[in-house]
Amino acid sequence: MSERPIKILIAKPGLDGHDRGAKVLARGLRDEGFEVVYTGLRQTPEMIATAALQEDVDVVGLSILSGAHMTLLPKVTRLLRERGLDDVLVTAGGIIPDDDIPALEEAGVAAVFGPGTTIAEVAAYIRSHVRPPEG
Amino acid sequence: MNPAGSRAEDLADAAVAGDRRALARLLTAVENRTPTAEAALRRLYPATGRAHLVGITGAPGAGKSTLVAALIAEVRAAGRAVAVVAVDPSSPITGGALLGDRVRMQAYASDDGVFIRSMASRGHAGGLAATSTSAATVLDAAGFDLVLLETVGTGQSEVEVAAAADTTVVLEAPEMGDEVQAIKAGLLEVADIVVVNKGDRPGAQRTAAQLRAMLTSTVSPRVAAAGGASPAGDDRAARPRPKRPEVLITTASTGEGVPALLAALDRHRSAGREGLADGARLARAEAQVWAIVSERLRDRFHGTTAAPATEETLRAVVEHRLDPYTAADQLLASLTGGGPAN
Repeated sequence: MSERPIKILIAKPGLDGHDRGAKVLARGLRDEGFEVVYTGLRQTPEMIATAALQEDVDVVGLSILSGAHMTLLPKVTRLLRERGLDDVLVTAGGIIPDDDIPALEEAGVAAVFGPGTTIAEVAAYIRSHVRPPEG
Repeated sequence: MNPAGSRAEDLADAAVAGDRRALARLLTAVENRTPTAEAALRRLYPATGRAHLVGITGAPGAGKSTLVAALIAEVRAAGRAVAVVAVDPSSPITGGALLGDRVRMQAYASDDGVFIRSMASRGHAGGLAATSTSAATVLDAAGFDLVLLETVGTGQSEVEVAAAADTTVVLEAPEMGDEVQAIKAGLLEVADIVVVNKGDRPGAQRTAAQLRAMLTSTVSPRVAAAGGASPAGDDRAARPRPKRPEVLITTASTGEGVPALLAALDRHRSAGREGLADGARLARAEAQVWAIVSERLRDRFHGTTAAPATEETLRAVVEHRLDPYTAADQLLASLTGGGPAN
């Protein structure tokens, strides 16, 4: 079969109070032709890793506004690795200071998208960095 | 053995042995209809047929996902393993999809007895994805005792889930229609169990009472004989009869009524084991096999050798030189080596 849409998990780790931005992103990526699994607010790293595994997603997009990214995001990438999901592309967005980006990249976050990033830019990044589909 | 075959064996064996990553990857192969998936399904099929496949269907917003989450809690309390295949629609325009059913089911992250998989319908009409039945087969093989198939939000006639499931649950919300809605043909006819959800809302009791009165009433032999559908009158016993579903009330958000629903599911499952569901199983086998036959036929007509002739036949129909029936006969005749008729 030719149609093999890229599958993305959009998740909000931690205690953010709203998920408007994540919903807008999920909707935008849907319009870009991706299959987007959306899991809602207040996700633990454990929930995110389980969802990524069961859904066999190609990409995990983490949206975080709370300031807890330095603890939560490395926890997510560690759990993904522990479950054999090393080839899943992990990206992050939300409010993340530039100074924190190198450490997050070190922890396995492939890209951090700050405010003002367009959905088209996110989609283009994903298409060019996602793992190739399997036969 | 070819690479797809050996990879399929590895994936299938690992999935059956409890490797959740392998199970998830196999489900992706099934969704993408790869050669690996077909080889794995051939290998797994003999070991399936043990799980109870339950379809959960109903209008958008009726509470299907919330009810599934409540059922998971109830089933886990009994120590049984449960899997969910939750289908949401794909965009007919971009092919993208927003799969949002997990939102209500995220409480089971560290429970190995729960496996939830979202699927996009990928252009398939009828309430499920084309590969949902195969996905359920894989989950059956992986040892889940209960497999819940949650459809997209359905209208009145998306009844496909009834062929895919052993037991079909149709969800209604209070005040969604009057008694005439309840006697229309379609979705409600294929229900084994009708659930009026949002039981804490006003009107739930009345809606349930109306549904009960309309769905479970017996049609008298005289009315049936005068019905005109079977003028001969003799085949009445053989004619398919509408089901007479149980009507239950739940409040999925609180779990109220969910134990009674699980009990009803188990009763229906036992009845099925006593042979009462043979017709349903035959219908499922038929739907599966015919879907594959039609797919394979299409592949043959569009294969490299046959494609030009197929194209020419279709073109003739476009130009009204050939009617569609003769065109179909010609194509079928060409398959058996007879070449195009006349």
